[in-house]
Amino acid sequence: MSRVKTALHTPWFWAIVGIALLLLINTIKNPAYLAISVNPTTGMLTGNVLDILRVSAPIIMIALGMTFVIATEGIDLSVGSMMAVGGAVAMETLSALNAPTSVGAMFAAIGLALLLAIALGAVNGILVAVVGLQPFISTLIMMLAARGIARVITDGQNTNATNEPFRQLANGQILGLPTSFVFAIAIVVLIAVLMRRTALGLMIESIGINPRASRLAGIRPRPILIGVYVLSAALAAVGGLFSVSEVMTVSVSGTGNLMELDAILAVVIGGTSLAGGKFSIVGSTVGALLIATLNKTVLFLGIPAAATPAFKALVIIALVLLQSERVRSFAFRRTTSADTPSGPATPAAGESTPVTKEVVA
Amino acid sequence: MTEPTAIVEVRHASITFPGVKALDDVTFRLLPGEVHTLMGENGAGKSTLIKALTGVYQIDAGEIVVDGEPRHFTGTASAQAAGVSTVYQEVNLCTNLSIGENVMLGHEVRGWAGINWRKTHARAHEVLARMGLGDLDPHAPLASISLALQQLVAISRAMVTESKVLILDEPTSSLDANEVEVLFGVIRRLRDEGVAILFVSHFLDQVYAISDRITVLRNGRFVGEYLIEDLDRAQLISKMIGKDFESLRALGSNRQTELRDRSVPAVFAAESLGRKGAIDPTDVEVHAGEVVGFAGLLGSGRTELARLIAGADRSDTGTVRIRGKKVTLNSPVAGLSRGIAYSTENRREDGIVGDLSVRENIMLAVQARRGWFRRVPAREVDQLVRTYMERFSVRPNDPDRPIRLLSGGNQQKVLLGRWLATDPDLLLLDEPTRGIDVGAKADIQETVAELAEGGMGVVFISSELEEVVRLSERIVILKDHQKVGEVVNGPEVTAESIVSVIAAESGDQAELQADALADEVAAGEDLAEQEGSAS
Repeated sequence: MSRVKTALHTPWFWAIVGIALLLLINTIKNPAYLAISVNPTTGMLTGNVLDILRVSAPIIMIALGMTFVIATEGIDLSVGSMMAVGGAVAMETLSALNAPTSVGAMFAAIGLALLLAIALGAVNGILVAVVGLQPFISTLIMMLAARGIARVITDGQNTNATNEPFRQLANGQILGLPTSFVFAIAIVVLIAVLMRRTALGLMIESIGINPRASRLAGIRPRPILIGVYVLSAALAAVGGLFSVSEVMTVSVSGTGNLMELDAILAVVIGGTSLAGGKFSIVGSTVGALLIATLNKTVLFLGIPAAATPAFKALVIIALVLLQSERVRSFAFRRTTSADTPSGPATPAAGESTPVTKEVVA
Repeated sequence: MTEPTAIVEVRHASITFPGVKALDDVTFRLLPGEVHTLMGENGAGKSTLIKALTGVYQIDAGEIVVDGEPRHFTGTASAQAAGVSTVYQEVNLCTNLSIGENVMLGHEVRGWAGINWRKTHARAHEVLARMGLGDLDPHAPLASISLALQQLVAISRAMVTESKVLILDEPTSSLDANEVEVLFGVIRRLRDEGVAILFVSHFLDQVYAISDRITVLRNGRFVGEYLIEDLDRAQLISKMIGKDFESLRALGSNRQTELRDRSVPAVFAAESLGRKGAIDPTDVEVHAGEVVGFAGLLGSGRTELARLIAGADRSDTGTVRIRGKKVTLNSPVAGLSRGIAYSTENRREDGIVGDLSVRENIMLAVQARRGWFRRVPAREVDQLVRTYMERFSVRPNDPDRPIRLLSGGNQQKVLLGRWLATDPDLLLLDEPTRGIDVGAKADIQETVAELAEGGMGVVFISSELEEVVRLSERIVILKDHQKVGEVVNGPEVTAESIVSVIAAESGDQAELQADALADEVAAGEDLAEQEGSAS
């Protein structure tokens, strides 16, 4: 019972319920939806679920970076454009090197993309932490600027390139799972260890909860703030690499377009408050998986393109309402009073639980 | 002489918040053509009373009578309709609007096609002229004028509705002496026009310069209403802090008056440390093993001085030496790394990190000093947490509970643990006993004495002078952002003698009195020293 209760209180529990429901709907539409088969020509596994995992990789990356920015009571609107920058640098590098099988060329592309993203992330961080601009404004400027930089890099063209090792990032498989997804999860674990094994996570949370008290306790906010924006930009660039490696083309207007919104939604669904403070890495990852599932479901159900945003909005609103303490305790109270015949003890228990929850929350 | 009838009368009003009686049977009246000052320490109920008068809070018992009619204020709008206007401490204006728009906000003159801006600005000019601000251009942006003028614009705004009652809640806290004079000119002009003015300020000299009548509150209760002529400063302070003169005198110090060895450089020594608008240049010294008290009323500069010492605010003037070595303290990190820990008076805003657990709150400063990469090992954290939770018997005894769920006293103990965990040489405690129960208070006082015994330098700040006198070896007396005296504690020093220094008319006299006190004390010390060497 208590374990169930804890689960009900874990925000991302509802995201998992959402993923399961979406998969269920898809399976009802086509009973073979969950099937995984072997492609006879390549010998690789194929299936809708694997597709979902592959498209989730970039979302997981930007949601992960966004988590720490939001935990400091900030926001990073530039992650979508940063994906385009990462993709553009990689594609231009690969097409310039023109080495279709070279692993070195792949590393050069990745390295240059990360370098530029880190520099742009540092600009975000400095604008927020040193200049004192609001995160919304600083990163909004960067959102426009980075998209522009991506255009300059590719000269406004949708550049494509050929490099087999790089293509394998999104199209290869490790133990049957998409390579990009495996890498994304590895990065999530690595960052989680960095946050929780050092005191970085604690300090980020502390700054997000009470910046004044944190400063008086001797925490230096500036390096940490700059750090979270750099990390967010770097992870967004990685997301961009995963995204372009799927089709080996960067679309300067399409890559990462509006993805910052997906990242913010994933973080919120995962249970990190936009007011800053306590963050959940697992939550954001599950949130990103939900967004990916939702995107694929929209396509699979053949919902008209015009209705897609409305459908996504409906699902997300339902989820956020389910997570809300107040809505749930309201619904809970209604059902208990309706279902339980006037046994004196049971309604009392049913009613007292939401109250204590409120106090704890 | 018969007194005119009151415009506003509060009769036997009570307001209860969960667990606290914020106002308890308080009676208060405002007469036309008078400046009536409301005095009281923190938590006395001043702001609660003001909020009752302005309709923010509703009274649970008693009544509010305006112009002879009992009124029931359901919100700020109904209070304003009854003719009660308020100007708060922070200027509540829109800096991006023009002066005229600010004055007339909500009272714009309407014509056949919406607001008639020309007439609105003309009306604003009229109102401003009444305040003696006729030369201000109502079209100029508010941001283009000084804070003092903005404060006057705020008053003009309150007078647009021809209010009969004007409430000024600490209007002078951010003004300099000349600006205060201009403000007082306007207040006197309004008073002479028959407006009843409720004035709140922590500056004693200003209270005596402007008031006709004083009402004193303490702990939510009405202490008395006095004509300014009938109440001198010392009496006023003793009424505010709730001890009559005789008992203040009786509460002599029981601290030993041994002076620290002055040949060893002080743990902390500052020369003309100051910051504009916060505290005038001040000399302070704290030696190892010494408790130095900062005595002064709220707003005297005691907190501001402590913040400069800790590096929480940057100083504009002065030099600081730690154990004889010159240092610059420009951030809390700089202070902490040199062994200065500062426990703030504002526990909720500046102290606790609410959603973090008790454990994390205790280890935060230690962790910050080690940097983010080297996490304090779990064993060490457990050790620290256990040590301080046991030492101060923090309740509930659950280190994983978020600190915001603890009571004020327990939060204070956890914070004390946080600062002690950094093993400081100098501990600054700003109101460590405010708003906590008697048991926790005694624990904290005992701890302060113990810490000093163990060789730590402690600065102790409290509104309760008895507490300061009981614990401190030396007492720095502050008033109106200045150090007005410094006394070495001894049998002659009592809360009453401190009060008389604070109550002295102007700076010069205060120094005289402080000197006289110091002489007295020095004489006592000589004796003590002789006794000490004899034994």
